Amino acid sequence: MSRANTAGGDRQRAEFAPPADEQGTRSDGARAATHARQRSLLTGNEAVAWGARLSRPQVCPVYPITPQTPVLEKLTEFQAAGEFDAEVITPESEHSVMSACIPASLAGARVFTATASQGLLLMHELLHYASGARAPVVMANINRTVASPWAFWPDQTDSLAQRDTGWVQLYVESAQEALDSVPQAFRVAEQVLLPVMINLDAFYVSHAMEPVDVPRQDDVDAYLPSFAPARKLDTAVGSSWGNVVSQDMFYRHRQALQEAMDRVPQLLAQADGEWQQRFGRGWGVIERYRCDGAQTVVVAMGSMAGTAREAVDAMRDAGEPVGLVKLRLFRPLPAAALRAALNGVRDAVVLDRNHSPGVGGILHQELRAILCGARGAPRVHGLLAGVGGVNVPPRRIVEFVRAAREAEPAAESQWVR
Amino acid sequence: MERFEQKQEPMLCSGHAACPGCIDALSARHILATMGPDTMAIIPPSCMAIIAGPQPMSSLKIPVYQPTLESSAAAASGLRRALDALGKRDTQVLVLAGDGGTYDIGFQCLSSAAERNEDFLYVCLDNEGYMNTGAQKSSSTPHYARTGSTPAGKTTRKKNLVEIMAAHGIPYAATASASHLPDLVRKVEKAKTIRGTRFLSVLIPCLDGWGLPDDAGLAAARYAVECGAFPLYEIEDGTRWTLNVTTRSRPVADYLALQGRYRGLAEDRVAALQAEVDAAWATLVRRAEAGATASA
Repeated sequence: MSRANTAGGDRQRAEFAPPADEQGTRSDGARAATHARQRSLLTGNEAVAWGARLSRPQVCPVYPITPQTPVLEKLTEFQAAGEFDAEVITPESEHSVMSACIPASLAGARVFTATASQGLLLMHELLHYASGARAPVVMANINRTVASPWAFWPDQTDSLAQRDTGWVQLYVESAQEALDSVPQAFRVAEQVLLPVMINLDAFYVSHAMEPVDVPRQDDVDAYLPSFAPARKLDTAVGSSWGNVVSQDMFYRHRQALQEAMDRVPQLLAQADGEWQQRFGRGWGVIERYRCDGAQTVVVAMGSMAGTAREAVDAMRDAGEPVGLVKLRLFRPLPAAALRAALNGVRDAVVLDRNHSPGVGGILHQELRAILCGARGAPRVHGLLAGVGGVNVPPRRIVEFVRAAREAEPAAESQWVR
Repeated sequence: MERFEQKQEPMLCSGHAACPGCIDALSARHILATMGPDTMAIIPPSCMAIIAGPQPMSSLKIPVYQPTLESSAAAASGLRRALDALGKRDTQVLVLAGDGGTYDIGFQCLSSAAERNEDFLYVCLDNEGYMNTGAQKSSSTPHYARTGSTPAGKTTRKKNLVEIMAAHGIPYAATASASHLPDLVRKVEKAKTIRGTRFLSVLIPCLDGWGLPDDAGLAAARYAVECGAFPLYEIEDGTRWTLNVTTRSRPVADYLALQGRYRGLAEDRVAALQAEVDAAWATLVRRAEAGATASA
């Protein structure tokens, strides 16, 4: 990790880390705001579409892929009903979707799209292009196994394989969090001029129905100002994007990209904090769940965090000092917040629903990197749990935690199910 | 000889990075001037991207977005829709792409944009190969032409992209050449007045890639039209064909003899190319006559 990033991380800890009791409190809307709202039974996909609708994107290129298709269909349904005033483009591929997103954003339009799995991989070249162009596109990705062989199960390898593309990455646990994350993502994206990817696990989040508070349009409008970039493609100005640059220009451009990334944890904490004030619920940058006095902490992302909560509750009921750290922001990795959250913990049990052949679990790898040499760092146990969508019930997580307490951690991620 | 005066304000500045005698720069100069200042350009990696210049300089007075090689028509779609959403419906979106970025790697998204009838003018500056990387074959390279990747001559014919584009039913598809400048400018002016996908294929003899002397680019362009290897025609709504230069005044051999890429071509191959051009010309004449009969 670069010196600049470490310094930025220390700053983040001082400025955004909320008090421990607040961090550890489950945000379930108990402190509801007083404004009128609509409570609907929505899938994660529908909630994402509502989040997009409420964010008022002006251009929306989109291509269908299982299990993202309901997002597309909901948006076109909104548009057909006159409730969604965006230019919807339906190109022949995800590659063209992202190709259309970038100049639309550079022209000054707010841009939203959604994809999954193979679609995200087909976009790969353009993912780099988008962050390089500093285009604040927001995209939902439904985490699905990557072929071959073909499969349609929840697995986060698709988006984690894009971790070096310069996109901010969020992983959400529920339909409500998915909806709330879209306006929050636009807030942050347009502040730092970086694209943001919101990741939902296939089916567990994308297709599961749950009661969702749908905010009122004028409340979201008050939260999310319209997109007004200082620089854009404009015939009145004549400036261009993409021309060949020198080595020095490229170097400085990448530095600027890093500086923008370094601002994200703090800006997301602010965006989430203001959302919480307005709508009565927040999701944090990371969430510490029942971590006070915990000797063992489970670290997970996405729907796995929901399962781990059940396991933590069961163990706490049995008197065992166990907590959960849910990582909502994966890129940039909120290193300072993670180090603080795991400081003094004896064992961290990382659950990776992804697989990087030759390495193992990607979160395991990243967590070990940021904890290396940190004072008070826990022993890190990396478990390849749920790879390929294999079911991991709370009972198994209880067993993983108990086994980890008794064993020296292995250097490599362990296959478990 | 007729003298052609460019009436519009220049949009391509001097001092750009094109090779001396480049027909790409000459063609782009007139296309850009005709499009005017309320235009945004999409220029993928190609000779035109080099001509546009390195950051922070630009030889174009209008904003340019340089997309990835294969995504020009998709990028033009996104830019167009953003301008529409922002109320800038009169601003023109102009693609200036090479044949590699059009016939080959960019063809999928171009076909899709044409199917959606996205509103932009797509100009293919067709120099019949990957000239920016040192002259390799594309699917626009004609039969028997030698390139870096076809050193013994290309064994297959040039893809007929103009007809393929017309088959999408787009409002306007045409060919043009800097050797016939008034015709080129008229076609750009005409395309400017049309909404929807407009496609213009401009033949760009490449001095280096075709093995031409520095002052022979325009002659090669003119010979291509005069022998019928690159006929000038328009197709409106995919159905109405118009042949703009209706006679052929020289054999294909004259055109081939100018170019190093055909040097030493066997007589039977010259005859085969003449036969291919004759057949294509006959088809074109038939279609144009059918159009004239239908409209009479």
